[in-house]
Amino acid sequence: MAQAIAFYVIAACILGFGVLVISTRDTVHSVLFLVLDFLFVAALYVLLGAQFLAAIQVLVYAGGIVVLYLFVVMLVNLKRPPEAHQDPHRQTKLGFGLAAAVLVELGAIAAYGYAHPAAAIAAPATAAIPVSGNTEQVGWLLYTSYLIPFEIASMLLLVAMIGAIVLAKREL
Amino acid sequence: MSTERAVHHGAMFDTDELVINMGPQHPSTHGVLRVVLRLDGEKVVDCDVVIGYLHRGIEKLSENRNWTQIVLLTDRMDYVAAATSNVGYCETVEKLLQLEVPRRARYVRTILCELQRIASHCLWVGTHAMDIGAMTVFLYAFRERELILDLFEEFCGARLTYNSMRIGGLPQDIPPGWAKKVLEFCDIMTQKIDEYEELLTHNRIWLERTKGIGVIGGEEAIGLGLCGPALRGSGVARDVRKDEPYAAYDEMDFDVPVGTAGDTYDRYLVRMEEFRQSLRIIRQATEGLPEGPIVGKVPRLIKPAAGETYHAIESPKGELGYFIVSDGKSTNPYRFRVRPPSFCNLQGLRRLVRGHLIADVVALIGSIDIVLGEVDR
Amino acid sequence: MIDQLLIPLLKIVIVLNATLVAVTYMVLLERKVIAWAQSRLGPMRVGPYGVLQPIADAIKLMIKEDITPVRADRWVFTAAPIISMVPALIVYAVIPFGPTIHLFGRPVSLYITDINVGLLYIVSVASVGVYGIILAGYASNSKYPLLASLRASAQLISYEVAVTLTLVSVILMAGSLSMVEIVNAQFNQHVWFVFAQPMAFVIVLIGGLAETNRAPFDLPEAEQELTGGFHTEYSGMRFALFFLAEYANMIVVSSVVTTLFLGGWLPPFPNTPALHFLYYVPSWAWFLVKSFLFLYLFIWIRATLPRYRYDQLMNIGWKVLIPLAIVNLVITGIVKVLVS
Repeated sequence: MAQAIAFYVIAACILGFGVLVISTRDTVHSVLFLVLDFLFVAALYVLLGAQFLAAIQVLVYAGGIVVLYLFVVMLVNLKRPPEAHQDPHRQTKLGFGLAAAVLVELGAIAAYGYAHPAAAIAAPATAAIPVSGNTEQVGWLLYTSYLIPFEIASMLLLVAMIGAIVLAKREL
Repeated sequence: MSTERAVHHGAMFDTDELVINMGPQHPSTHGVLRVVLRLDGEKVVDCDVVIGYLHRGIEKLSENRNWTQIVLLTDRMDYVAAATSNVGYCETVEKLLQLEVPRRARYVRTILCELQRIASHCLWVGTHAMDIGAMTVFLYAFRERELILDLFEEFCGARLTYNSMRIGGLPQDIPPGWAKKVLEFCDIMTQKIDEYEELLTHNRIWLERTKGIGVIGGEEAIGLGLCGPALRGSGVARDVRKDEPYAAYDEMDFDVPVGTAGDTYDRYLVRMEEFRQSLRIIRQATEGLPEGPIVGKVPRLIKPAAGETYHAIESPKGELGYFIVSDGKSTNPYRFRVRPPSFCNLQGLRRLVRGHLIADVVALIGSIDIVLGEVDR
Repeated sequence: MIDQLLIPLLKIVIVLNATLVAVTYMVLLERKVIAWAQSRLGPMRVGPYGVLQPIADAIKLMIKEDITPVRADRWVFTAAPIISMVPALIVYAVIPFGPTIHLFGRPVSLYITDINVGLLYIVSVASVGVYGIILAGYASNSKYPLLASLRASAQLISYEVAVTLTLVSVILMAGSLSMVEIVNAQFNQHVWFVFAQPMAFVIVLIGGLAETNRAPFDLPEAEQELTGGFHTEYSGMRFALFFLAEYANMIVVSSVVTTLFLGGWLPPFPNTPALHFLYYVPSWAWFLVKSFLFLYLFIWIRATLPRYRYDQLMNIGWKVLIPLAIVNLVITGIVKVLVS
């Protein structure tokens, strides 16, 4: 019961701050709401017993990536009124279409979940993990079942990093 | 944020320039210097040096005071080295009067000038190190400066603005036992200089912060009118004490240290060596102090014949020159003009800081060693 | 009930209060030690030898006028000092001051809690503390603080990478992320990790100096360059919060370094029969003495060294510390596999 209440409170906060992120006019405030959003997502992880994931969420997203967002936002200094509102190329119809598609998809997932309640809960082969403890389990899964996605993700990050260096520094 | 916005093209991303005011109220501008910096990130694109916040009109004021009263005004120019300003002025007037100064007075002047140089360099090494973040050197240097101030207090009763010189000689003879105290001070100071150097000279961070910062070649330094240690750091062995000896410097044996690279570190090394050379001069002058009168044959009413003269001495900051015109009729100078070394050195700041970072600006202001009282007068 | 609620609550109260007192007295210690280094006396007026100085300072700061600049971002300006203070305090939840002992016939652990991702918790909470400095600089709407906050964000992110990478090699040695388990691992292996991981120790120490904005890496608040940096526009108690957060972070760094590398509450060469008499010294005393040594080291460094320049700081972070951390990690991994 307590867990359910906690979940709904945290979920409501996540959604609320999510809305504030896109509705706030001041860019820095928007980034700050994003930080709060990430912190509450971390709280959700704690609720699920995934402390490792929660700590990583705070460390990487709230403490690392968003600091860089803030860095950029402060550097470009968006005190001037945003120009996007007068954008002539704005694809309003396409936007609504995409939003509707996402909504339909979410609805479909919810309906599917109601129809097949067992499938949603079935955990993938937890019993096969020979180690106990949160961190150990994450590590085990990353280096066995999900080794290839893990390596591909790191390759992708490496490529992105090199790309950023090439873009920023024209003469190497 | 920045109201003045200029856009840099050429780089792939357009960047804005940030204009910030360093001073006149800033911990590291040594008084009331104002430097307007144009920054690209932290890099200084250009800078404007704004002076005049401490202007008291000393030159004009001097034209309305009689010759003896002006000594006291010269105290207020380079207030951390008042004695050298006094000596410079008195010698200029003596040159105008063609007055012979007794040997003993010239020796005492030499001792005072060199003590003053050490005191001024103490203040410089302290604040320069403090600007770069080494706070302890500041306290150490002030501890030793205190000893010099005590010596001056015993000699003339004042600790900052001494009014320690009279035209034609000294206001009074040195107190008994003073010479011994000076020699004792020399022994203490010799050790303390090593102590400062231990904290800075081979310190890795200090080297990284000062080497290659504000490099200026000898030719260019002369072109900008730099003088004193700032010029000698660039390898030009110009020292008024050697080239046009005054007081008793022609009888002293000392070296003029010069740098090679012309960067902040070399200017630092030059001044550190000057500490030692000054001590050498003080020892020679104190041990060889001749007996005799302390004042020359000064007329009761000082009224030089019509004419003009320029006389320069080597103040701790560089060449301090006085240009004085007398009309031969009144008891005031007709024209009184000072060539202040700090002012001339400050001209180089704009050239030195361009392309460096904000942190280097602070180091460079320290490295040219300015006193705003002398810049603005 | 007592075990689950009262004792933890009591521990939290004790640790929080002890920390705040320690932080205020840390300021006095710093002033006294630096004064000693500089042949001065330091504060001498309030109480004998100035021991009441922190209290006088606190009263002064609290009754000072609290100024918010007109064009500041009011909400963020208010939040920034709180954001920097809170993470500095909640980190103490996982720092083990000693093992479980028996007090009045009841087992009491000398730490608030021991979570299995303790070290990661500390690192991630510390990473949130950065926001305090960045936002203070931004919200002041002033140029010097803005420059300082740009410096701070670049500096803290760079050094966080180096420190976190280095901590991984310690985790490899201990085989756990829990702070208590790391100390126990040092007990079982008979050696403080400073001897097993000297490189990691040095990197974490340097990184710790940089992350707490201490000399010679105190660029975000370099008084001589940026007139005080990010807290230029702050006054009164808000300024004090930044000040206290800095000292609280210093204590955190020394506690963490003590726990990870100097065996936490363990005496030297733990678990060696010949040195058993060292266990007569209480565990928490060992911990406090070791932490104090680091605090003293921090102050000593501040009194001695000049300040690095911004670009040099980044060079050290990215071109020296991070490669060293990676090399250290790889070597540790190889050795670990070869030994087991």
